[in-house]
Amino acid sequence: MTRKQKRLAVIGGGIGFLALATALVFVALGQQASYFFMPADLKAATLAPGQRIRLGGLVEKGTVVRGQGTEVTFAVTDTEESVKVVYAGILPDLFREEQGVITEGSFGTDGVFRADSVLAKHDETYMPKEVADGLKEKGVWNPN
Amino acid sequence: MVETGHFALVLALALSMVQAIVPIAGSHRNDARLMAVGGPAAVTAFALVAVSFAALVVAYAQSDFSVLNVVENSHSQKPFIYKLTGAWGNHEGSMLLWVLILTFFGALVAAFGRNLPPTLKANVIAVQGMIGVAFLLFIVLTSNPFTRLLPAPMEGQDLNPVLQDIGLAIHPPLLYLGYVGFSVCFAFAVAALIEGRIDAAWARWVRPWTLAAWMFLTGGIAMGSYWAYYELGWGGYWFWDPVENASFMPWLAGTALLHSAIVMEKRSALKIWTLLLAILTFSLSLLGTFLVRSGVLTSVHAFATDPTRGVFILGILVIFIGGSLTLFALRAQSLTAGGLFQPISREGALVLNNLFLTTATATVFVGTLYPLFVEAVFGDKISVGAPFFNLTFGPLMLPLLAIVPFGPLLAWKRGDLAGAGQRLLAAFGAALLTVLAVLLFVDSASVLAALGTGLAVWVMLGAVTDLALKAGWPRVSAAVGVRRLAGLPRSVFGTALAHFGLGVTLLGIVGVGAFEQEAIHSSKPGDRIEIAGYALTFQGINQVAGPNYVEDQGHFALSRGDAALGTIMSSKRLYTARGMPTTEAGIRTLGVSQLYVSLGDPGEDGSIVVRVWWKPLVTLIWGGALAMMIAGAISLSDRRLRVGAPSKRWKQPTVVAAE
Repeated sequence: MTRKQKRLAVIGGGIGFLALATALVFVALGQQASYFFMPADLKAATLAPGQRIRLGGLVEKGTVVRGQGTEVTFAVTDTEESVKVVYAGILPDLFREEQGVITEGSFGTDGVFRADSVLAKHDETYMPKEVADGLKEKGVWNPN
Repeated sequence: MVETGHFALVLALALSMVQAIVPIAGSHRNDARLMAVGGPAAVTAFALVAVSFAALVVAYAQSDFSVLNVVENSHSQKPFIYKLTGAWGNHEGSMLLWVLILTFFGALVAAFGRNLPPTLKANVIAVQGMIGVAFLLFIVLTSNPFTRLLPAPMEGQDLNPVLQDIGLAIHPPLLYLGYVGFSVCFAFAVAALIEGRIDAAWARWVRPWTLAAWMFLTGGIAMGSYWAYYELGWGGYWFWDPVENASFMPWLAGTALLHSAIVMEKRSALKIWTLLLAILTFSLSLLGTFLVRSGVLTSVHAFATDPTRGVFILGILVIFIGGSLTLFALRAQSLTAGGLFQPISREGALVLNNLFLTTATATVFVGTLYPLFVEAVFGDKISVGAPFFNLTFGPLMLPLLAIVPFGPLLAWKRGDLAGAGQRLLAAFGAALLTVLAVLLFVDSASVLAALGTGLAVWVMLGAVTDLALKAGWPRVSAAVGVRRLAGLPRSVFGTALAHFGLGVTLLGIVGVGAFEQEAIHSSKPGDRIEIAGYALTFQGINQVAGPNYVEDQGHFALSRGDAALGTIMSSKRLYTARGMPTTEAGIRTLGVSQLYVSLGDPGEDGSIVVRVWWKPLVTLIWGGALAMMIAGAISLSDRRLRVGAPSKRWKQPTVVAAE
């Protein structure tokens, strides 16, 4: 092979490689990216059965029920709508009523949101960004 | 003292400006006196930033609550060690640490760069100076750690309890040594572009810096991972969190750079590519700094969000990345292409390595920035997590790992793949046996888990094979082999150990990923939790007061069969100053595996939720990283590099004018 052919081969191989990787990335982004919703956004949304989403808002006051064993139920609210969430596991240290929270999971056929992870804030001055933005949009943001 | 620190910082800024301008003007006019200004300026700038940093640490040590930064992040009751480390456990302090390390590397170049051609040295130091100016300006204008607070409060607000850990003493400095260490490679690349020449000697100068930065970054990432594992209380070691990715991207690109620099040093090939990688690696470090420090992402690392800071760092990012890439586009043409090689050769293998690593970097890049892009353009909030990376990063890494053992066995220029394969037959056989053994003897082992284990064994034994072959085994006697082994250059051991460590880390990842067990139990004293052949008996909870927290300690008696194995203590702490709870996991290391016990919330009937994980082989993840770090140190101590970049004796045959 001449130098030129060799270079072409290398560039061709590289482009093929990149194309493959790009295809992988697009497929993965299409399938695996999960969208964020606040409870009131859900009315307008069409979700495929079992589609993973992230649901954020405030933990509604007086709704946290520690059930049998390790199951916990609570409602996530954006002050307009609220959604019942079931979660089995250990809640984060900073999970409290009327505090921002993001849960990740999917809706069951009974309309209850089954979360497999619950994220609260990292320290007491911080609210998950998506939740803070969402509350600001609704005009119910209260930094304290 | 505080004002001294502030003053020293401003002085360092002024001096960095001199360092950024005078040497480069000198190299342009070929004026040796102007070029000579660079070295002393760099050393003095380091000394001044060190004074400034020391002033901040002293303010923390003394709990000087007239300083705003100390008030916001410290407390008089905090243990002394965390008072010290708290100095960089916040936005302002961590930026100061960043600049301290930057100027430290600048001073090192000045001190160890005696053999460098004067114009190259002048330009490198000037580029370092420019980076210094940008970040010192950033600190002085937007993130001053020395702002006073009047009247001074009696007590501080304490440091985020999650950061009150020995990890804060190790993780950020190591990580920054890595991040910022790549600035030297970047400066070398830009200097080469300014001069319009680059040769094998250049690669020889750049390699030790790359190696050092890579070594520290490896350690920093591994330490961060272990810290998150034991501190966050849910036993994950890697979350594909954007902030983790921010440090992982420079690591991947830096690993590629480490390998391509070898080709350039030994074979004079891949020059332009190596240069580009050097620029990209530090660009990714800057991007990481931007992501973490600007507040566009929310995480434990995003201390405070102030929009002006984000815009400022974005400006720095645009100037340095845009500037260096423009320079690259203008000048790269004038650099000559290097030597030729067959596709099947050591060079070919290293090119393949680079192809995989840079593509993997690109997928991590897309996964990390895509949510920001979507939010900015469409206003949708999405998250890209582990499933995305498993689907993209995974398939790219597996073939790379599979070919790792071949690389060191191929000759330069024209390799013999069949021959290499033949010599790796024993390693391959052992890997195959491992796959079968896992499938047959380990309960609930999936095919994927067995293949993963086999791959890890293959990578590890491949590294051993490489060393054995270089010692002449099996043709020579053991004694001769040992003597030959002792005579090998240290970098050979470095390569073998680094690849071995990679296999070890992989083994740990596969072990935890495939064989982890978990038990969640609502427990009362006397309850037994059984997991992986062990039994934990809950003994109850007692309350203990710490220096700045109160702690509920849960005690568990551990046993296996009839043998008692002592107790495990897991606790929940409430840090009183911030009223913030943390989970302190109880961890017991058994061999290379660990039992991990986390306490949850108390239920209404007096029971408490207990979560226990069995984490098989988990310590290997960090053990492998430690091996890679040691491998870096061994390579760095190689005589060729220690003697320092090429002395005059080397220079004559290797330096070739590129024009």
